Amino acid sequence: MTARKKPKSGVTRAVDTIVIASAIFLVGYVIYKVDTVMIYNWHWGFLWEYILRWDEEQQAYAPNLLLKGLATTFRLVIWSMLLASIIGIVMGIMRTSSRIFFRTVSRLYVEFIRNMPPVVFIFVFFFFLSSQFVPLLGIDELSVNASPKTIALLEILLGPPELFANVISGILCLALFEGAYITEIIRAGIQSIDKGQTEAGQSIGLTRFQTLRWVIFPQAVQKVIPPLTGQFITLIKDSSIVSLISIQELTFLAQEVAYSTQYVFEIWLFVAAVYFCICYSLALLFGKLEKRSQRIYQG
Amino acid sequence: MEQMILLKHVFKYFGEFRALNDVSLEVAAGERVVVCGPSGSGKSTMIRCINRLEEHDDGEIWVNGNQLTEDVKKLTEIRKDVGMVFQQFNLFPHLSVVDNLTLAPMRARGLSKSDATDLAMTYLNRVHIPEQAAKYPGQLSGGQQQRVAIARSLCMQPKIMLFDEPTSALDPEMIKEVLDVMIELAEDGMTMIVVTHEMGFAKKAANKVVFMDQGEVVESAPTEQFFSQPESDRTKLFLSQILTH
Ligand SMILES: Nc1ncnc2c1ncn2[C@@H]1O[C@H](COP(=O)(O)OP(=O)(O)OP(=O)(O)O)[C@@H](O)[C@H]1O
Ligand SMILES: [Mg+2]
Repeated sequence: MTARKKPKSGVTRAVDTIVIASAIFLVGYVIYKVDTVMIYNWHWGFLWEYILRWDEEQQAYAPNLLLKGLATTFRLVIWSMLLASIIGIVMGIMRTSSRIFFRTVSRLYVEFIRNMPPVVFIFVFFFFLSSQFVPLLGIDELSVNASPKTIALLEILLGPPELFANVISGILCLALFEGAYITEIIRAGIQSIDKGQTEAGQSIGLTRFQTLRWVIFPQAVQKVIPPLTGQFITLIKDSSIVSLISIQELTFLAQEVAYSTQYVFEIWLFVAAVYFCICYSLALLFGKLEKRSQRIYQG
Repeated sequence: MEQMILLKHVFKYFGEFRALNDVSLEVAAGERVVVCGPSGSGKSTMIRCINRLEEHDDGEIWVNGNQLTEDVKKLTEIRKDVGMVFQQFNLFPHLSVVDNLTLAPMRARGLSKSDATDLAMTYLNRVHIPEQAAKYPGQLSGGQQQRVAIARSLCMQPKIMLFDEPTSALDPEMIKEVLDVMIELAEDGMTMIVVTHEMGFAKKAANKVVFMDQGEVVESAPTEQFFSQPESDRTKLFLSQILTH
C-alpha cells in the first residue's frame, strides 16, 4: 500500500536528461525568436508599480491592482473550495441515499451543472444571484451598521467593504459550479468502499449515519484525495472565469492593467506564472497529504 | 425453552427469482443450529434476513421477541443483540484491531474509551490473540482476522451469533483455530446459527442441522438423527457428496 521509492536506473536518468535538455532548448529558442524576429522590447520593470505602489498620503507602500486582484483570487478560491466541499459532501451522501427523493435532488443538481458550459452557467446564475439572492443577505446594510471590529474582520475575510456583494456573488457561483463535480467525486468515493463494510457496521449495531461517519468516510477520504486535488486545481483555474461578471480578481484586474499599459505580453505571462505557482503548490501540498493518509493502513 | 429466533413462512425474491421459499425455523435460547446445502440454496439469504441485511418479502421474522419491520430505530436496537460473522471478515482496514472492537461499544452503546478497551481486551483474550491489539487487520493472517471479527461481534454482547461460512475463505491450516473458538463459544451457551460445510463442527457443537435446497428447508433434525437417518433423498445425496469429499 505504501509507495516505495525505487532507485533510478541509468536508463531513466538518461531519458530525464534528454527531456530536460530539450525543454530548455525549446524555451531558449522561443525567447530567441521573440527577441529577434518579433523585435519585441520586453518591459518587465513596470510590473512592480502595479503590484505595490507608493502612497503619498500614508507615506507607505500599498498594494496595487495586481496584488489586490491576487488577494481577491485567494479569497474567492478559499471560500468557494470550502463551500463547494460542503455542498459536495452533502450532495454526494444524498446521491448514495436509499431515499429516492434525496437521490433525485442531487442527481438533478449534478446533471444541470455538468451539462452546461461554465461561462454560460456563471452568466445565468450571476444575474439571478446578484439581483435576487445577494441583496437578501443584507450585505449593504451590514457594512453600514456593523461595528468597526466586525467590519475589520469581514475585510480580512472578504476584502474591501464596497466589494462584499461582488465577491460573495463570485464565491457562490464558483462553489455551486464546482460543488457538482465534487459531488460526483464524493459519490464515487463512497461507492468504491466494499458493501461488506456497510454491512459489518450495521450488523454491530451502528446506525446508517454512524456507519457512514466512522467506517465509510475515513476510507473514502483517502480515495478521493487525488481526484479532489485535480478538482481544486480546476477550481483555481475556473476562478478566472468570474472575471466575466466583473468580480475584481486577478484576471479581471490584469485585463485592466493590460489595456491601460499595452504591455499585454508581459502581463499575461506574469499572471500565468502566478496561477501556475498557486496550482502547483496546492498539488504538492495534497501529494503530501495523500502520503500521510496512506500511512494509516500500513497493510 | 425461551425462543430466540422464529421464522414463519418467509419468502424472499430477487426480482423474479425466489431465493427463499416458505422457510420456517425455530431456534431456542442456547441452541446451536448448523445450516448446510448446495451453493445458491439460500443459506446466506436466510441468515442475512435475520438481521435484515436483506428484507424479506413475505412471512414473519421474530428475533428475541421483536418482529422485524421497517422501523429503523427498532432495527438498530435488534441488531445490537445479533452478532454476525462474514465469510470475508469485513474488518475495518483503517482501524487497529482494538479500534475495530471498541467502535460499536463506544458509538452505539455509549461506553467510555477505557471501558470499551477493557471489554475489547476481554474478548481478544477469548479468541486468544490479545497480543495483536495494536496491529491493523492487513497485518494479520486470515485466521487471526476472522477471530478478530468474532471478537468484534462479541463486544456488543449479543444474545445470538450468526456465522456465514466463517471458514470458507481460510487456508486449511487456519480453519481449526477459528472452529475452536466457535466451539468454545458454543460450550459457553451462546445461541448460534452457523452456515458451514464443516460437518465435523456440526457433529461436535450443533443441536440441530438444517438442510436447504433451492430456497427451501428440506430437512431439519437433531444432529445425531440428521447424520444417521436422513429422511429426504436430496439430503442423502448431499451428505454422500460432502462426506466423501
Ligand atoms: N443481491 C442479490 N441479487 C440477486 N440475486 C441474488 C442476490 N443475492 C443472492 N441472490 C441469489 O439468490 C440465491 C441464493 O443465494 P445465497 O447467497 O443465499 O445462496 P447460498 O446458499 O448462501 O450459496 P453459497 O453457498 O454459494 O454461499 C442464489 O441463486 C443467488 O444468485
Ligand atoms: Mg452464501
